[in-house]
Amino acid sequence: MLKIVTAVIGRDLKLAMRRQADIVSALFFFIIVVSLFPLGVGPEPDLLRKLAPGVLWVAALLATMLSLPRLFADDHRDGTLEQLALAPHPLGLVVTGKVIAHWLVSGLPLALIAPVLGIQFDLSADALLVLTGAILLGTPALSGIGAIGAALTLGLRGGGVLLSLLVLPLYIPVLIFGAGAVDATVTGLGGEGHLSLLAALTFASLGFAPWASAAALKIALE
Amino acid sequence: MKDRFNLYRYASPATFYPLAGRMIPYFAALSVLFGLAGLYLGMLVAPTDFQQGEGYRIIFIHVPASWMSMFIYLVMAFWAAIGLAFNTRLSGMMAQALAPTGALMAFLSLWTGALWGKPMWGAWWVWDARLTSELILLFLYIGFMALTAAIDDPKRADKAGGLLLLVGVVNVPIIYFSVKWWNTLHQGSSVNLTKSSMAQTMLWGMLLMALCFWMYSIAVALLRARTIMLERERHTDWVKAELAGVER
Repeated sequence: MLKIVTAVIGRDLKLAMRRQADIVSALFFFIIVVSLFPLGVGPEPDLLRKLAPGVLWVAALLATMLSLPRLFADDHRDGTLEQLALAPHPLGLVVTGKVIAHWLVSGLPLALIAPVLGIQFDLSADALLVLTGAILLGTPALSGIGAIGAALTLGLRGGGVLLSLLVLPLYIPVLIFGAGAVDATVTGLGGEGHLSLLAALTFASLGFAPWASAAALKIALE
Repeated sequence: MKDRFNLYRYASPATFYPLAGRMIPYFAALSVLFGLAGLYLGMLVAPTDFQQGEGYRIIFIHVPASWMSMFIYLVMAFWAAIGLAFNTRLSGMMAQALAPTGALMAFLSLWTGALWGKPMWGAWWVWDARLTSELILLFLYIGFMALTAAIDDPKRADKAGGLLLLVGVVNVPIIYFSVKWWNTLHQGSSVNLTKSSMAQTMLWGMLLMALCFWMYSIAVALLRARTIMLERERHTDWVKAELAGVER
């Protein structure tokens, strides 16, 4: 059972490595969006410190969403997806592998670059640590929930905009708890509670979302 | 064998269409009756609130609209589950027929909430948990309608929309329990079954208005379902016969 998951992860990572420009452009989108905010609201450190968790998280949501349409679209176009659906393995496991690969390619780099951007917002060392941890914990949920939206909008006109309409409302709990964790650390309340809820969201969505997206893929492939 | 009453008979658009047509006037009439009675109780009989003055009377619209906006989403999710499980044609049509009414209720609830919030809180909008989740509910309705509108094949639209509804229905309990989750400005729910902090007449007015909104929603959803049926089944004989009857 694990074999099929790891095989899909390996395959998707290999494909992603051959098109590195996609990964890098999503990452730079994240960096640029975050850097725009100080230009928009002014350079006062107090204000920036207060804005940082929300800004970084919203930018992370948008950056994750940017790479979602490609999650299934390429495989759909060249027929691979149909072959995967016809394979004897449960489609949910295949999607689990694709979601994990998507996180490794889109969520993990965001978590790695986030502390650097946090410094621009004058966050303390504690807050930076929690920010990195929260993004590490929360982005798998984004990939999981996003996979449902990507599967539902597969092959539709204006799929990208539609995808954001479907997925962004469902991202709100992740945003609240993710930004809340950093906020609570900054104000000295401690972010453990938020981080636990974030982990719960991630595990729940990694457990359920692949099966929902598998069902959506079967609808799209009919 | 005698022709026994069979509910499944009405799972087919050809038999449900005339049934819906017969039911609509009753629900519409009930809606008007309940509405008149509820407005009479709410606007003329119910006492002025000693804290909130006359402004509180907007709850006779606001609370039923909020209830309906949540309830309609649940009903849509119910039809979606039936449709996905038993592959029935009518379920998807019902879900699609209910969506605009649900979105309207969510919008009404937000709008009247803003009108109520200005004199009470001094702000049109506060980022309170309940307001925010009602807004998210509106987004969910709009997402559902956008998704089903973007898919040309009605069968795929029904199934994809149904799946989205089942995913989104996780949000409805979050709305309801959000008051407990996040502690914010919004006052707690003032209606509960055992002990109500409201005057009896206010409660009755609100319940009558809720019934009025309920009947209105059913009537409008059936009306919309009838047009969806005609549109989707336009190649069938029963629709042709129906339309020929209209022209004659």
